[in-house]
Amino acid sequence: MQDFVQHLINGISLGSIYALIALGYTMVYGILKMINFAHSDVYMVGAFGAFYVARAFGIEANPGIGSLAILLISSMLVCSILGLLIERLAYRPLRNAPKLNILITAIGVSLFLEYGGQALFGANPRVFPEVMKDFVIFSFGNVELKSFDITVLVVSVLAMLGLQYLIYKTKLGKAMRAVSANASVASLLGVNPDKIIAFTFIVGSALAGVGSVLVGMKYPKIDPLMGMMIGMKAFVAAVLGGIGNVRGAVLGALIMGLSEEMVVAYLSSTYRDALAFGILIAILIFKPAGLLGKYSVEKV
Amino acid sequence: MKRLVLSLLLVLPLLASCTKKENEIVIGEYDSLSGSDATFGLSSNKGVRLAFDEINAAGGIKGKKIELKTMDDQGKNEEAAAATTRLITQNKVVAVIGGVASGRSKAAAPIAQAKGIPFVSPASTNPDVTKIGDYVFRICFIDPFQGSVMAKFASENLKIKKVAILRDVKNDYSVGLADAFLTDFKKRGGEIVADVSYQAGDIDFKAQLTQIRSKNPEALYVPGYYTEVGLIAQQARQLGIKAPLMGGDGWDSDKLHEIGKEAINGNYYSNHYTVESTDPAVTEFIKKFKAKYNETPDALAALGYDAAKILAGAIERSADLSGKSIRDELAKTKDFPGVTGKISLNENRDAVKSAVVIQVDGPNRKYITTVTP
Repeated sequence: MQDFVQHLINGISLGSIYALIALGYTMVYGILKMINFAHSDVYMVGAFGAFYVARAFGIEANPGIGSLAILLISSMLVCSILGLLIERLAYRPLRNAPKLNILITAIGVSLFLEYGGQALFGANPRVFPEVMKDFVIFSFGNVELKSFDITVLVVSVLAMLGLQYLIYKTKLGKAMRAVSANASVASLLGVNPDKIIAFTFIVGSALAGVGSVLVGMKYPKIDPLMGMMIGMKAFVAAVLGGIGNVRGAVLGALIMGLSEEMVVAYLSSTYRDALAFGILIAILIFKPAGLLGKYSVEKV
Repeated sequence: MKRLVLSLLLVLPLLASCTKKENEIVIGEYDSLSGSDATFGLSSNKGVRLAFDEINAAGGIKGKKIELKTMDDQGKNEEAAAATTRLITQNKVVAVIGGVASGRSKAAAPIAQAKGIPFVSPASTNPDVTKIGDYVFRICFIDPFQGSVMAKFASENLKIKKVAILRDVKNDYSVGLADAFLTDFKKRGGEIVADVSYQAGDIDFKAQLTQIRSKNPEALYVPGYYTEVGLIAQQARQLGIKAPLMGGDGWDSDKLHEIGKEAINGNYYSNHYTVESTDPAVTEFIKKFKAKYNETPDALAALGYDAAKILAGAIERSADLSGKSIRDELAKTKDFPGVTGKISLNENRDAVKSAVVIQVDGPNRKYITTVTP
C-alpha cells in the first residue's frame, strides 16, 4: 500500500511535466491543424537557455524560490522567441501549402534544432544547476513527499490555470478560439489570424519553457536530444486527451504518467513503453477522437 | 552534351579521392563524437590520436606517416556501418579502429569482415562482437568477465547475499553484464531479489527503484552508462535506498560525478585501468595525455591508445599492407605492455587481461582491488 502511494506520487509528478509539453502540441493543433514536431526541441533549447542564465547569474550559489522564478522567466522568454521565429520563418510561408509539406517542414525544424543544438552546446550531457534544495515535506513510513514533487505540481497547475484563464476569460483567448473555429470568418470580423497564431506559438512555447526548468530541476541532466522521448510521450498524451483540447491534454498527460509508472510497478519494466502505449491505443480504439476530443468529419 | 559534362564533373572528385598517397598509411576510425554517449567516443578518439601522433613523431610505420581518417557515428548503429563502408571503399584504409559501443561494433564489423579489412575495437565488451569473424579483434576484456568480476567482488569483498539488478534493455553491453553477473552471483550462493529494466534516454527511474526498495537488497547492480547512472543514484537516494550501487566500465566518465553529485559517492564499478596506478606505462601515458589535452584520461582514452599502438605494431611487423597479413600479425599479439595492462589476444581474438574495481569518491576514483581472470 505504501509503495502504491509512492507510485501514485511519482506518476502524478511525471504526468504534470508531460502536461506542460502536451499543451503546446494541442494549442498549435487547435489553431493551425498542424503537429508542431519541433515543439519538444523548443523545450530542449529552453533548458539550455536556463542553464546558461543560471551560469551567468550564479544561481547555483543561492538556490530558492527567487532563483526558480528567474530561471522560469528566462526559459519562457527564450522559448517564446524561438517559437515565434519558427512560426515566422518556417511555418508561415507554408500557411496555404498542403498539410503534408508543413508536417515535413516541422520534422525538418525538429532535426535542425536537435543537431544544431549538438553543434552549439556540444553532445555531452550538461548538469542543470541546483535551483532549489530538495527536502522532505511530509512522510509516513516509506512514502515521502518531497518539495520537488510539490513544486513541480504547483508550478504546472499554476501555468495551466493561467492558460485556462487566458483562453476563456480574455479578449485574446476569445480571438484564439475564434481562429481555431474558423480562421477566415474570424478575420472578416476583425481578428488578425497571423497575430493570433504567432501569439499561440509564444504561449505554447513558454509552457514548454516552464516544463524544461522543472525537468532540469528534478532530473538534473540536460542534453541536445532530451526532447525526443518526452516529446513523443507528450504528443501521444495530447492525442489521447483529444488533440486540440486543452483540458484533454492535461488529462491525457496524467494518464500517460500514471500508466507508465504503474506498468513498471505491477507488470513489467522491460515493456514499459510498449504497454503504456498499448493502453493508449486501446483507449483510442474506443474513443478515436481522444477522451475529450470532438469527433469531426474531415472536410475535403 | 551538357548532361555528360555535368556527370563527368560529378564523378571527378570521386576519382580524385581514390588515388592513394604513396608515402602514407591510411587508418580509419569511427567513433561517437556526437550523440548521447559522446564522451566515450571523444575520449577514445583522443587516445587514438595521441598514439598515432607519437608514432608519427618517431618516424611513422615502415618510414611512412600514418594518416588517421575519423568518422562520427553520432551514436547510431547504422551510421557506424555507413562510416565503415565509406572508410574502406572511399578512403582505402588498411584497417579500421572501431568505436566504443558493442551495438555499433556489431553493425560495423561485418562490413570490415566481408571486405577483408582488420577491425580493432578498443572497448566493445559484448562477447558476440569478435564472433563476427576472424578479422574482428578487441583489446578489452569481455562482458561475462566483467560481470563475474563484480559478482566475485560483491560476495567476497562486500560479503553480501541479496542484490537487485537494474539493466538498460536497449543496450547490448548492459544486458551482457547483467546476465553474466546474475549467473555468477547465483553460483556463489547469492540471491537476485529483483531484475528490472530501463531504457537509455529515460530520466525517471522512480518506478523501478520503488519496486526495488520493497525487496530490501543489500546492493544494486546497475551496469549502464554514466548518462543514466548519475540520475539513478540520485533517485535511489531520494527514495531512501542506502545500499551501494555497482556497475561496469560504462560508468567511467568525469560526468558521472557531475550528474550524480553526492549520491554517486561510495559506489563501486569495474574498469580497465585506474589513474591511481603506479605502473610507469600508466603514469607516462597520463602525463602525455594531460600535456596534449589538458584533462585526465579515462579508461576509454587508455583503450583507444592501446588499440592504436597494437594495430600500429601489427602493421609494422606485417610483410605488406594487405588486410590478410595485418590480420595475421594482429592475431599474434602477446603480452603487449599496454596502459590497460598486459594484453594478449586469445584464439577468439579477445584480450585476456585483469580488471580493477574502483570506488567513486567525489571527482576522484579510489582503487579498491584487481581481479585477474
